[in-house]
Amino acid sequence: MFYREAGIFKTSYAADQALFRIPLDRLFVIGVVVAAIVVVPLISNEYWLGSIMIPVLILSIAALGLNILTGYCGQVSLGTGAFMAAGAYMAYKIATNFTWMPIPLVIVLGGLCAASIGLAFGLPSLRIKGFYLAVTTLAAQFFLLWLFQKVPWFVNNSASGVPTAPPRSVFGELVTGAEATPEARYLFVLAFTVVLAVIAGNLVRGRIGRTWMAIRDMDIAAELIGIRPLHTKLSAFAISSFYCGVSGALWSFCYINTVESSAFDIFRSFMILFMVIVGGLGSVLGSFLGAFFIFLLPIALNNVVTTFGLPIATETISHIEFMAFGGLIVFFLIVEPHGLARLWQIAKEKLRLWPFPY
Amino acid sequence: MRIRNLTLALAGAAAGLMGLAGTASAAEGIYIPNLVYKTGPYAPSGTPVAHGFADYLAMINLRDGGVNGVPIIYEECETGYKTDRGVECYDRVKGENGGAVVINPWSTGITYALIEKATVDKIPLFSIGYGRTSAADGRVFPYVFNFPSTYWNQATAIVRYIADQEGGFDKLKGKNLGFVYLDHPYGKEPIPTLDILAEKYGFTYDKYPVPPASMTEQKSIWLQIRRSKPAYVVMWGWGAMNSTAVSEAANVKYPMDKFIGNWWAAAEPDVIPAGDGAIGYKGATFNGVGTDFKIYKDINDLYGAGKGTWTKDQIGGVLYSRGVATAAYIVEAIKTAQLKFGNRVITGEEMQYGLENLKLDAAAIEKLGLTGLMPPVEITCANHEGQNPAIKIQQWNGKVWEIKTDWIPADTALVRPLIEQDAAQYAKENNITPRSCS
Amino acid sequence: MSEFWFFLEVLLSGLFAGTMYSLVALGFVLIFKASGVFNFAQGTMVLFAALCFVGFLEMGWPVAVAAIVTVGIMVAWAYSVERLVLRHLVNQAPIILFMATIGIAFFLEGFAEFIWGSDVHPLNVGIPNDAWFVGPEGEMMIQQFDLAAAIIAGLLVTVLALFFHYTRIGRALRAVADDHQAALSVGIPLNQIWVIVWSVAGFVALVAGIIWGSRLGVQFALSIIALKALPVLILGGFTSVPGAIVGGLIIGAGEKLAEIYGAPAIAELVSYMSGINNISLGGVEEWFAYVLAMFFLLFRPQGLFGERIIERV
Repeated sequence: MFYREAGIFKTSYAADQALFRIPLDRLFVIGVVVAAIVVVPLISNEYWLGSIMIPVLILSIAALGLNILTGYCGQVSLGTGAFMAAGAYMAYKIATNFTWMPIPLVIVLGGLCAASIGLAFGLPSLRIKGFYLAVTTLAAQFFLLWLFQKVPWFVNNSASGVPTAPPRSVFGELVTGAEATPEARYLFVLAFTVVLAVIAGNLVRGRIGRTWMAIRDMDIAAELIGIRPLHTKLSAFAISSFYCGVSGALWSFCYINTVESSAFDIFRSFMILFMVIVGGLGSVLGSFLGAFFIFLLPIALNNVVTTFGLPIATETISHIEFMAFGGLIVFFLIVEPHGLARLWQIAKEKLRLWPFPY
Repeated sequence: MRIRNLTLALAGAAAGLMGLAGTASAAEGIYIPNLVYKTGPYAPSGTPVAHGFADYLAMINLRDGGVNGVPIIYEECETGYKTDRGVECYDRVKGENGGAVVINPWSTGITYALIEKATVDKIPLFSIGYGRTSAADGRVFPYVFNFPSTYWNQATAIVRYIADQEGGFDKLKGKNLGFVYLDHPYGKEPIPTLDILAEKYGFTYDKYPVPPASMTEQKSIWLQIRRSKPAYVVMWGWGAMNSTAVSEAANVKYPMDKFIGNWWAAAEPDVIPAGDGAIGYKGATFNGVGTDFKIYKDINDLYGAGKGTWTKDQIGGVLYSRGVATAAYIVEAIKTAQLKFGNRVITGEEMQYGLENLKLDAAAIEKLGLTGLMPPVEITCANHEGQNPAIKIQQWNGKVWEIKTDWIPADTALVRPLIEQDAAQYAKENNITPRSCS
Repeated sequence: MSEFWFFLEVLLSGLFAGTMYSLVALGFVLIFKASGVFNFAQGTMVLFAALCFVGFLEMGWPVAVAAIVTVGIMVAWAYSVERLVLRHLVNQAPIILFMATIGIAFFLEGFAEFIWGSDVHPLNVGIPNDAWFVGPEGEMMIQQFDLAAAIIAGLLVTVLALFFHYTRIGRALRAVADDHQAALSVGIPLNQIWVIVWSVAGFVALVAGIIWGSRLGVQFALSIIALKALPVLILGGFTSVPGAIVGGLIIGAGEKLAEIYGAPAIAELVSYMSGINNISLGGVEEWFAYVLAMFFLLFRPQGLFGERIIERV
């Protein structure tokens, strides 16, 4: 009743291929974006904005990137953290060497650097497949982080190797560094997220996305119908790394304020992979749902205990958190291996008939 | 069925999130949160520090009913030694219970991430013997404190100790040392100082980085050390890296009394796994060890009353004592602040005054029953690491750590200009005008 | 000390380290062979088994009893994993199963710490810990401990290889590895096989845990050694027991040589070309194994001993 797909007629090809073909969907997404821009900053306190919304949005971008590679193109990667680090370090380098450059451009350039590195590490995918490929992406993970730590050039010869992200502003409002208000940082990150999500949504339903999916479903068959695996796989690697790079740069500039390699270690890569799988492989929406779920779950578990003032030691909370996290992952995989995105779909199907199901 | 299960799970998650929203409570007291790590690979080192810290504060509440009658509210937030969790913890705790008065990040990485945030929020960061060394320049870093000593000063003091052992600084000439460090901001801190010292005294040193992801695999490092036979090996390690290094050193028969850990690399968890091989291993420290100090009468009372946070037979180790010392400095700083602002709940900004005007001489420490457990300090507006940074050398005898030396002073004349130079560069990069301290 | 003997010592200690990697990799291979699951929880199982073992020892139990009870616990663990997780994920994509094992790893990590705490436990089961000096002037040092560990690893591998080849269960395991459905149709109980293989992997984890634990102390960091086993796996091939051994040896020796001889040479080259002095490139070990494995795979995508991948449309 509330969700209606029937009775919507399209009279042009353009309408038939629009991003959101059903007005209700379109309205809903626009509504969510508007709410994110207007309502969220108004009702959230500093903690919610600064420590929950900002990192979740940034990680959603990385999850989108990995979803493009793994969910759409079928290439499993465990090197997401390294590509994020590439974006962060290169953005820092660019921001400090070209101080005149506007910060959005700096972050995009950081992403482009990550993309070119991703291209190089995507080359083995032409020969190596499946888990073998997953483990070779670990080479990127370990090698790149080592490189960024070892070569002082990347951090402008800073003695500690942990430089502070320089404060930069957009339209006269500080958006990076500690003095920037959480609202400004949030809106800045949100702008990136929305733009990148729209681009991703368009990519995956267009020609390039279809070739990705063809490669994912069966690469030999795809090759036989004339899809070039070289172009397809490498473009997926490059675009995915671009997303990860942007996300890494934002993480350093807008969230933790320092460019630190341990923020992008192997566990970060796993975390993003979790997000993609729990959210739903091959779904833009799933990347967001997964990021929210995986990031919020431990914090929520932690808060349940502290809020109700249960007399449990900190370490025990943390142990329970680990156990619950692992347990819920397994639970989700068993109950819904297609992730939260699939759940959303089911919910929509139910809504179509609700409250009068037959 | 599926849907129902999922709904239940989601409802559970939602309940957790609700918890996030309603956390503002208004308890009366001085709120001291602590960013601890009692889980993960660094937990063996992180746990005792946290317990020492918590026990001292609990003891103050039990014995004195708080600081000058104002109770302390203590809370822990688990970071797992991860920077992003640390930042999240900081944001979560800073506003609770009327606002945190001081933050202990217990991690160099987290300290770096919090320096600017804490300065904006006007909450002092107290990184006791870790964190950013140049934060000792209080003109650029008004809200960061790292007394009683910093990594750079520690490096000079360790080199002085080596020189003493060899019979003078001139004997260092031509010597080759080894430096084993965690390849992490923390481990890399002393390298610039060591470079300068090497040039000044004419010794050379080889660097052996240990990557954090494989810190339990150090064979090749110790083979190299076996080949090059450095006169001394100095280590900047943490967590499981330390115990591995001590075991491997024993395996390659490196003379253990020439192997010196820094103050985070010389505690009980670091030597126990190596068994008898670890006997003779030395380490720097700035706090006493053991349960023979007068204060332990009160801490034992705390355990007698069943309010201790740990088990009684575990207390008194190196890191536990360091936690006690940290808490004691904080309590004294609160008292200093209360002298000026009155005996009430103080704010972070007032706490900054308290820390900056903290003056603890030997007599004051004796009165606290902490003589030997913590060094005297005198903090000023410009100098946040104290006037006489110094270390003691301790040695593991197979059962306990024994203090072997008196205070070994650091070479502040050499380090201070470096600190000021680094701080000035930081100020320039971040458009900070150093405040005037005169 | 003459360079030659030192080289030999580096090589040998690398090979010894390699056998330790193999031991962890072996656990992965067993499970992958029998169920096609890439079991990321193997490292955590090493930690858990070692923690249980050392926990029982500290309660004053004799070594044999502690070992037997720990094996019992690992079997119970295997049973519950099969019952609660694997059984519900039959026929899912390999990536889903892989993710499930990461979930299991998280759970087990929390559980192990919840039960046994996060302290470091020293462990001594009587493996000799002295050194022999070989060579004309005793230049070369051989750790008795390493040798003992290598022998144990070798024995374990031989026993497992024999088990796979000559017993009924072993044949059933191989049948399951080849084709789940075909194995089911000839009456091999899939679930039972899974329990068995996870139990054996648990046993291997216990042995690995005891050896690593005696060297480093039983502590949380044991779970990260699993990462070291991954390049060994891809080098040797996911499905081959001898592959795990050879891969381990190559990686172990290769990374030590790279760290001690390769890194300084490259550092010298770089500083010669760039004119910057005092470049230090330590820590090559961290990525060397992965990069080596990656280049290797470019020439042989199924690993050294892996089964040939034949693709059909």
